[in-house]
Amino acid sequence: MKLFEYMGKELFARYGLTIPRGKMVTTPDEAAAVAAEIGASVVIKSQVLSGKRGKGGGIKFADTPEQAREAATQVLGMTVQGLKVEMVLVEEKLAIDHEFYVAITVDGAAKQPVLIASARGGMDIEEVPDEFIVKEHLDVCLGIQPYLCREICRRLGVQGAVAREFARLLPTLYRIFREKDAELVEINPLVLSGEKLIAADAKVTIDDEALYRQKDVPVVDDRTEAERQAHALGLSYVQLDGNIAVMANGAGITMGTLDIIQHYGGAPANFLDAGGGTGMEATAKALEILLSTNPRVIFINIFGGITRCDDVARALVKVKQEKGINVPVVIRLVGTNEEEGMRILRENGIEAYKVMHEAAAKAVELARAQG
Amino acid sequence: MAIIVDEKTNVLVQGITGNQGTFHTKQMLAYGTRIVAGVSPGKGGQKVEGVPVYDTVAAAMENHQIDATVLFIPAPFAKDAAFEAISAGVRVVVIITEHIPVHDELEIIAFARRRGAIVIGPNTFGIVSSGRCKIGIPPNQFFVPGHIGVVARSGTLTYEIVANLTANGLGQSTVVGLGGDRVVGLSFVDVLEKFEKDPETRAVVLVGEIGGNAEEEASRFIKKMSKPVVAYIAGKSAPPGKRMGHAGAIIERGKGTFEGKVQALTAAGARVATLPFEVPGLIKEALG
Repeated sequence: MKLFEYMGKELFARYGLTIPRGKMVTTPDEAAAVAAEIGASVVIKSQVLSGKRGKGGGIKFADTPEQAREAATQVLGMTVQGLKVEMVLVEEKLAIDHEFYVAITVDGAAKQPVLIASARGGMDIEEVPDEFIVKEHLDVCLGIQPYLCREICRRLGVQGAVAREFARLLPTLYRIFREKDAELVEINPLVLSGEKLIAADAKVTIDDEALYRQKDVPVVDDRTEAERQAHALGLSYVQLDGNIAVMANGAGITMGTLDIIQHYGGAPANFLDAGGGTGMEATAKALEILLSTNPRVIFINIFGGITRCDDVARALVKVKQEKGINVPVVIRLVGTNEEEGMRILRENGIEAYKVMHEAAAKAVELARAQG
Repeated sequence: MAIIVDEKTNVLVQGITGNQGTFHTKQMLAYGTRIVAGVSPGKGGQKVEGVPVYDTVAAAMENHQIDATVLFIPAPFAKDAAFEAISAGVRVVVIITEHIPVHDELEIIAFARRRGAIVIGPNTFGIVSSGRCKIGIPPNQFFVPGHIGVVARSGTLTYEIVANLTANGLGQSTVVGLGGDRVVGLSFVDVLEKFEKDPETRAVVLVGEIGGNAEEEASRFIKKMSKPVVAYIAGKSAPPGKRMGHAGAIIERGKGTFEGKVQALTAAGARVATLPFEVPGLIKEALG
């Protein structure tokens, strides 16, 4: 779960990191009022869950409250990287002496947290040459000790008061990362203003799997309605832009199913992993979610392990009888209780396939015929 | 021979009295796995499918030789159960549980490294040395003995591919599920190294997916391998920035793409199947 910049900064502030003076607002009047309160030049930053806001015109500067009102009027309601702006952060404009980059994230390959820092902040870290990036893997048993701060400062080429600021900031950032179950905490730019390091931006991603124990983290829900409903059933769902609705059991095979549809020239409407051992009721509900997206064809691909083919067949028949299904359904069914599942489908006039790619080809053909 | 587990492996089931634990204990016993004990706090003294249950892993270890354990433990408690097993000295820890927070996974793996334990998973179907030992949840009937090693990030897709292999007369030495999460105990390279040394394994199937750089790292090792490798990568059609079911299956900042992985594998000499059912044919071609 990604946090908006202003939420990330509030989190930083709670841990004692320095952030610019400012406030999140939703109207031009409020923006003018915050600018007046700050009493100096301000920056108006669109609050959307995307980077590269500056390039999209989502960041503006203002010297007076009146200019702040105008800038906020322009930014609010505009679209940045495909996302509608409904909030802006109005902040004091910092006097910048230098810009650093610092982040802590999870390195899946090393199976450890990794700290990434650079003295070339303010630009996309992907564009910074390797020789200007400091990377240190972290041992979860040690965290960030003072020696590591000294070493990182040496490699960043900072000393004195700035090094002391880093020695305070880095362990704090690590504490946020660990205590808040973060997948990413990133400050870019980390601004040196006089002798102070100020977090001029905040990118924080909280691990979805840990939200149950992160009760005080604000909830940001940018899912579609279908994604939300599927999640409530414990299933993972991703909206795509095609017209063949897909349900399979298992993340890998669901991806494989989308790929095979595309391979035959079709376009999947979604990713729906019905998981393992999902019972009849939940499967029926998942099918209803698929129907609600108005696809041309529904394609169900089940390789039954814990999932029982007869459960899936019954779910399909139930939805067909209770809600009616007005689009063609192609189903592939093998594995646990396959015969029983096939029998139930036959009795209800539904043809089933045993081979995945033959079923996929049929689904694509039917989608074309509907077009 | 097989890798990591075989017919002599004595297995413990943590969470044996739960629904999943009991069901899969029965299935594993039916496959021939030597399940010697189970653990469920507060349920010591009971029996599940004839298997004695203990309150703690240490208590089970006092009474049995235990070489591997499998966890059917809800996500919030999985870290504790894994720590318990590793502390007690179990060498192979198979974590079936999905939805474990990534910070718990980081801690489990850091501790396992310190103690020299092998962690399989989390979020894995487990490991099967065909005909000898199944630790985990795959359906029994598709796994028959043979000479193909399989290593995968996903479950059902692996069953699909293993069933295809079996239908084509290609049995398996060992099938290993690394797990679908971003942080898991074993990497492709760890398992490929073992297959390369295993005299019984003649060729390897690698089932990967988008996200991370595990397949790219594997490619570097495949280049040096004497045994042929056939790969299938899921997620060709996945849009960037979207998590495709598995926590690890996401293209971020242009990294972890299908094209990058296929390119790396092909350059390393692996044969890459476009569709899952092409895998057996490519294996036969590679073995000549």
